[in-house]
Amino acid sequence: MKKEFLVYIGILILAIILYFFVTEPVTFSPTVSLIIIGLIGLALVLIFVRTIMGKLVGRRTVFSFVAISVVVPFFMTVEQPIQTSPEVQSLYQAVLDLKPGSKVLVSFDYDPPSAPELQPMAETFFSLCLERDLRIIIMGLWPQGPQQAEMALQKVMDEPAIASKNYRYGIDYVNLGFQVGNEFVIQRMGDDISSMFQTDYYGTPYDSLPLMRNITNFSNIDFSFNLSAGYPGTVEWVQVAVDRYGVDLGAGNTAVQAPQMYPYLRAGQLKGLLGGLNGAAEFEKAAGRIGKGTKFMVSQSFSHVIVIAFIIIGNAAFFLGERRRKEEVVE
Amino acid sequence: MRREVPLIITAVVGIVFVIQYFIPHYPFNQLNSWFSDWFSIIGACAIWLGALNLIKISADKIYRKRAGWGYAVVIILSFLVITLIGLFEGESFRDFGTKFDWMYRFVYTPLASTMFALLAFFVASASYRAFRARNLEATLLLLAAFFVMIGRVPVGDAIAMKLSIPEVIYPSGVAVWIMNVINAAGQRAILIGIALGIVSTSVRVILGIERSYLGGD
Repeated sequence: MKKEFLVYIGILILAIILYFFVTEPVTFSPTVSLIIIGLIGLALVLIFVRTIMGKLVGRRTVFSFVAISVVVPFFMTVEQPIQTSPEVQSLYQAVLDLKPGSKVLVSFDYDPPSAPELQPMAETFFSLCLERDLRIIIMGLWPQGPQQAEMALQKVMDEPAIASKNYRYGIDYVNLGFQVGNEFVIQRMGDDISSMFQTDYYGTPYDSLPLMRNITNFSNIDFSFNLSAGYPGTVEWVQVAVDRYGVDLGAGNTAVQAPQMYPYLRAGQLKGLLGGLNGAAEFEKAAGRIGKGTKFMVSQSFSHVIVIAFIIIGNAAFFLGERRRKEEVVE
Repeated sequence: MRREVPLIITAVVGIVFVIQYFIPHYPFNQLNSWFSDWFSIIGACAIWLGALNLIKISADKIYRKRAGWGYAVVIILSFLVITLIGLFEGESFRDFGTKFDWMYRFVYTPLASTMFALLAFFVASASYRAFRARNLEATLLLLAAFFVMIGRVPVGDAIAMKLSIPEVIYPSGVAVWIMNVINAAGQRAILIGIALGIVSTSVRVILGIERSYLGGD
């Protein structure tokens, strides 16, 4: 306990020193980045050799490698070729096909733990919509959703290209806030949106919002986009809004949830799908925007490679152990 | 009556929800609206109930000095601090620059993200210790995981380019194929199974055969 406490104190002191003394962003040159990659590779080879020799590594070593593979790439300058997958391209195309002035409903159904994956998607989607003069209506089936939307919107609004357009709240975009009720909210919105959102996020009555005056239900919405991290989320939007009310829906999901959406994608119930941080990076690539998705992909790539390397090492240890056991039985 | 009334409410609401899907006209559409509104009202009340229950359980833990009661103190203090800040800041408590907004951005968000990020360490450790090619099924799973993991990040294609692998079998393409064909087929089977299970359970609940949701004996 005392040892752990000292470690926490040490981390805190290090964080304070870094906060006060490192004022400029730290970036490794491509050469230094390659040297670090080489060293990590060599360390993995060493672990592999030790494993073959029968010396297994502990979980603390695995944890350390994961931490290094996630943190160190943030300082690296490594470029990776990002290919846009068909499901991301089709979502991008669906937004491009909307005429200026079209109404887009965006539902934020996630909370901060999923923000690293979903927030870059939200920012790129907002940026794309505002660049194309689309009208945005925000809502959330998760309590923290509208607040995440505000953060994404504020970031996009500060970008010079968007700021110059002078978009006004209530006319060009609104945030209706959170409504409790899960899929029943979607169902009621199919008949009457104002019945579920009598005021917006700031307490303004629905009828006082110029953008919402001519919007009664889903038939007045041109496209919907759902950012989801679980229940209620994309599945509920597909089952109620798409299947029952014929809404055109695109979705951005966490990497864990995305595989469940492929049947809906294949059936045409989803117009496009962004899966995890990779989906966010691909969407940024399609939209010609470099955001957090692209920046974090180096870290994601590294951590995937590290996990794969440890799976290979673990299997090597398993097969060698099996062989030794068989040899012992034969003897 | 304690059992009959909930059973009648469940049966009536269940039947109305089924009928209104096929006949979305008066009076079923009206009933559907009422019941949906009631669901939202009950849901809003449940949030209060949940918050009060959390306080009650935490306070009880502190009073009885049960194991980990220190964490219960943190729960109650955090709950009170964030609630009081929200209340004192009035209707604009969620605006940018408010103390509530500061707490959300710089306390709640990093803490929640940190908890979730711990998963990466456990996934890596569990994969290292348990993801073994023990038999044919496990090997297939392992291969699928390998291609999806390497194909879902740009480094997969970068390595394939360096190794001059034909573009047709680039990891990203293989990952897309696995997700679109093998995964979609498996997910469909699961979805159909779940749907059939939900239909049968719903019919049992509506007819009052399945009563476990009522609790008690």
